[in-house]
Amino acid sequence: MLRLALLRIASAVPTLLLLLVLAFFMMRAAPGGPFDTERSLPPEILAKLEQAYHLDEPLWKQFARYIGGAVQGDLGPSFQYSDFTVNQLILQGLPVSLRVGLGAMVLALLVGCGAGIVAALRHNRFSDHAVMTLAMTGMSIPVFVIAPLLILLFAVTLGWLPAGGWQNGGLRDMALPVIALALPQIAILARLMRGSMIEVLNSNYIRTARAKGLATRTVVLRHALRPALMPVLSYLGPAAAGIITGSVVIEQIFGIPGIGRYFVQAALNRDYTLVMGVVVFYGTLIILFNFLVDLLYGVLDPRVRAV
Amino acid sequence: MNKVETALAVAASAPVGRSLWADARRRLFANRAALLSIVVLALMVLLIVFGPMVSPWSYDYIDFDGTWRAPPQIEGMHFFGTDQLGRDLFVRTLVGGRISLMVGIVATLVSLLIGVAYGATAGYFGGRIDSLMMRGVDILYALPFMFLVILLMVVFGRHLVLIFVAIGAINWLDMARIVRGQTLTLKNREFVMAARASGVSNGRIIRRHIIPNLLGVVMVYVTLTIPQVILVESFLSFLGLGVQEPATSWGALVNEGARDMDAAPWALIFPAAFLAVTLFCFNFIGDGLRDALDPKDR
Repeated sequence: MLRLALLRIASAVPTLLLLLVLAFFMMRAAPGGPFDTERSLPPEILAKLEQAYHLDEPLWKQFARYIGGAVQGDLGPSFQYSDFTVNQLILQGLPVSLRVGLGAMVLALLVGCGAGIVAALRHNRFSDHAVMTLAMTGMSIPVFVIAPLLILLFAVTLGWLPAGGWQNGGLRDMALPVIALALPQIAILARLMRGSMIEVLNSNYIRTARAKGLATRTVVLRHALRPALMPVLSYLGPAAAGIITGSVVIEQIFGIPGIGRYFVQAALNRDYTLVMGVVVFYGTLIILFNFLVDLLYGVLDPRVRAV
Repeated sequence: MNKVETALAVAASAPVGRSLWADARRRLFANRAALLSIVVLALMVLLIVFGPMVSPWSYDYIDFDGTWRAPPQIEGMHFFGTDQLGRDLFVRTLVGGRISLMVGIVATLVSLLIGVAYGATAGYFGGRIDSLMMRGVDILYALPFMFLVILLMVVFGRHLVLIFVAIGAINWLDMARIVRGQTLTLKNREFVMAARASGVSNGRIIRRHIIPNLLGVVMVYVTLTIPQVILVESFLSFLGLGVQEPATSWGALVNEGARDMDAAPWALIFPAAFLAVTLFCFNFIGDGLRDALDPKDR
């Protein structure tokens, strides 16, 4: 188990480093600087500014400084919001993003796995086909199409829920963004769950359990569920990545003051440190999440541990 | 009965061999959802290619006297209405479809080329080279590529070629993994061994035995990659980082349409429907192909 953990860490570190290197040098390869404004600044002031942000140092030194900071959790100052550091901006948006993201994850897992199990138990019957067709539809409609359609239906036409904004972060504010964010993941999880459940239900030990006269409920919950959940578990990493990526769009559409909305604004404003800070922050989060899922996989599946 | 006729009769009565592909085609066409998707997709492609030629409007013609015309405007030939600049949405949706489909296909081909070359090399050589190459894939695989692509677009500006390269560079990883795994198992299969034992050359084994068996998996994967790529492109366009005005794509049109959807829902609904239907078709065809080519589920 320890060996597995060390192996996973060993492969996570180069990924993280690569992410930092790519993000840093891409940002520096950009034409123009962060202080290009409509009126060009007097050269003395520009020099002072560059000095203040260490932009006058050689590139490798800046890189070392950035890595040094990032390792200690300091992502530098924001160029656009000059009174804030990138850390402050991210921490400000984090609770909101976390609520929406976790909400979507939980919803996707519950509904997706539930629908998948139902479809598997009714294999090749009407409810199976219905769930699979719905799942295919869910997979084929992008997040940024679902969100406006949901607003059009529930906010504009029916008037049940707010079309956007973040009053107090209650259920009313969260409902539409969370659903929009979860739908594609629900679709993918339902398909995954159905596939692995069908395979498990066809295996010999399930037949034995049934032959013993156990109720379907017991067979599914006690014997089939755990092995059938393994592929779902390994999809959790990509699912988290998908939800985080989707949140960038969702937060913009619904006007939610999370990290994703900063990201889009920063991208359009060419606020390179903020863009990069978000990339590094979310990238690290995804890599960490993948790491945890891998470990969990090792805990649940004894065969992986031996490797 | 002369000899030729006898020979013909014998040939006709012999059991007709079913090739892998004929078999797969039969099963694919028996799948109603996949068949319907193929037909819809074909119609869609025809419409996208020829539709803009039929319409009297061009995708960038601005008409301030005719903004927000609601569809259907048959006499004005604005079948899908017009947008906030009075541009014809029928033509814009179809021209946007050209960009979306082109990005989907070209970027998928890029990932196909890199992925097959990489995966086949790793699988064929095996051993240390294989584990080194696949460790590299693992490291790249964990990167949050979507964010890097966004960063790329922010830094280097919006350029169509850049979109191809960036998206192609994401998707080759899956392809490499699949091809490598497939090559590894194929290499040790009995029929390859039998071919080797009967003295068939390496090149011929690869042509006759490895590639045809790889092709199925690769085809399934290509069909499932195209909608993913279209999705990524439209995601970027939606963020305002994709294709540049006045050129457009489905993602960009959805973005514009979503802004004024309560006043002019048609500006959102038509491009959104085209995008969703296309993705739907590709996904169904991919699933159908997988079922048709997978001997396990026969």
